[in-house]
Amino acid sequence: MAAIELRALTKVYPGGVKALDSLDLAIPDGEFFALLGPSGCGKTTLLRTIAGLETATGGAVVIGDRDVTGVQPGGRDIAMVFQDYALFPHMDVTDNIAYPLRIKKVGKAARQRKAEEVGARLGLDQLMDRRPGQLSGGQQQRVALARVMATQAQAFLFDEPLSNLDARLRLEARTFLKKLQRELGVTTVFVTHDQAEALAMADRMAVMEAGHIRQIGTPAEVFQRPANTFVAGFIGSTPMNLLEGTVGGDTLEVAGCKVPVPASAEGLLTDGERIVYGVRPEYNTYSAEPADGSLGGKVVIVENLGASHLVTLEVGDVLVQAVVPEGGEPSIGADGFATPRRDRALVYRDGELVSA
Amino acid sequence: MTRFVLGRIGFYTLIAVLLAFFTIPLLWLAAAPFTSDPTYEVRVPDFTLDNFRAILEHPYALPSLLNSLMLAVGTALLVVVFAALAAYALSRVRLPGRDALLYALLLLSSIITGTAAMVPLFQLAVELNLIDSQFGVILILTGGLLPAAIFMLKDFMDSTPKSYEESARVFGASPLQIVRHVVVPLVRPGLATIAVWAVANVWGNFLMPYLLLSDVEKQPAAVIMYTLYTEGGQANLTLLSTFGLLYSVPVVLMYLFVSKKYGFRFHGGIKR
Repeated sequence: MAAIELRALTKVYPGGVKALDSLDLAIPDGEFFALLGPSGCGKTTLLRTIAGLETATGGAVVIGDRDVTGVQPGGRDIAMVFQDYALFPHMDVTDNIAYPLRIKKVGKAARQRKAEEVGARLGLDQLMDRRPGQLSGGQQQRVALARVMATQAQAFLFDEPLSNLDARLRLEARTFLKKLQRELGVTTVFVTHDQAEALAMADRMAVMEAGHIRQIGTPAEVFQRPANTFVAGFIGSTPMNLLEGTVGGDTLEVAGCKVPVPASAEGLLTDGERIVYGVRPEYNTYSAEPADGSLGGKVVIVENLGASHLVTLEVGDVLVQAVVPEGGEPSIGADGFATPRRDRALVYRDGELVSA
Repeated sequence: MTRFVLGRIGFYTLIAVLLAFFTIPLLWLAAAPFTSDPTYEVRVPDFTLDNFRAILEHPYALPSLLNSLMLAVGTALLVVVFAALAAYALSRVRLPGRDALLYALLLLSSIITGTAAMVPLFQLAVELNLIDSQFGVILILTGGLLPAAIFMLKDFMDSTPKSYEESARVFGASPLQIVRHVVVPLVRPGLATIAVWAVANVWGNFLMPYLLLSDVEKQPAAVIMYTLYTEGGQANLTLLSTFGLLYSVPVVLMYLFVSKKYGFRFHGGIKR
């Protein structure tokens, strides 16, 4: 078990593409850490640079208390699960799980015993003689996990561990993976482009964009207080309402309505300043009657989310969304009012969160 | 209706005539060795084994088959080992001008084992003391076959996902271990194809051994075949037909065996 630390890590691909731009990141021992971002943001490059499959152009990778920047992947004492699991098709499950031990010159009997022990722990005991081609996606994933567990490495790296599973299985695997990581207590870094996955599994996460880390924090921090409008727009299964407005004393003028300055920005704004007002649909209270500091308009779309509805209001010439619990959904064309929770609304100045 | 029937009849007649061009020589090869005093015509054999007795008595016939086998296996071995290593490297390392290099090699190699380079190759063998050496023939044949083998194998290697190797690398496997444990098993059908192709090529090659081996005891079957004449200077059909059959059987058996075991594929890729 070991902490991972990245110091001013830079990766420039031949041709000049800067995939990682001087990243600093510290992942403490035993943490389940997510690298989240849209495709092409450098998250996979970052993971591969930690693994040593990509060579850093500058900066340092420290695992435990050892600088491994120039060390080959095999010497870093890490284990990795690939997006396609990379199970060797010509070996059965036992040999696949035992392969890292074979490289470490562990005797045949000893590594078979270890493979069976790990396999049994992940419920693979009936499948040990099968080839990967004869396994379902979920079983293949468990074999891949068993293989990294057999290495007893200092840290695990998962590249999009759930993306090859179908939707139903993905939820099960999510819970399974989180439970397993907790039990093993091994520092684990995983890459995902799915914000829900990152929020659900990670202890902490980094949101990346174009080679930069835009925010690091716990899922709750990242969800409730996105540090900038990029993170605000990326996190959350329904996108945050980001509305342009101006400051007028202790109220903000947004989409032709007046809303109170959010608690987090109190005393930090100057009169007449142009800002972006952000509030998640989940933190908007919907009502049919106008309320204090509400955004009023016409209901244009109602989307069913299962136990709730996502209501889209046309306020002036912008759209504002609110989540309405079941039973309270309005009909299209009706007048509706969304009242942001003052303790959850946020103000962004030049794209960055305004807060003390 | 009549037109259709006539058309069909015409079509099948044409096919039959075309097929006859391929079948009759093969029929001759199957029948003549078992016929006493064979001629150029295909006859129903009288199932004599005298011809085989005659070929057994020929001092160089059977040893020449062994020589052929040695040349073929030696060349196939070298071709498979070097082609696999080169193809893997070319497939995984990005070199500027890699494709141009491959095409140039492919083009030149058709000359190297061919007639055009006969004189310089002979000179080279003389200078290197490789005249009358089976090893010399193996080296020259290997050189001629390698480019095409690399070309075909590279295609196999290209179609195996990199993540297998990267996975092995993260577990600490060395490049040679990766080749042995992961790459070779994945491209085994490709290696088998290349090996068979190399053996068949060498087995049928006449020019290089004829040029470089003057010692009859070292000459392969393809060259010995050329010496099977009667005292009168006529082609000795008894020996030629029998030896021809013995000469072709091993290659046919090899094809059947490999095709059964691996199936022939000239493209890579594994089902995923």
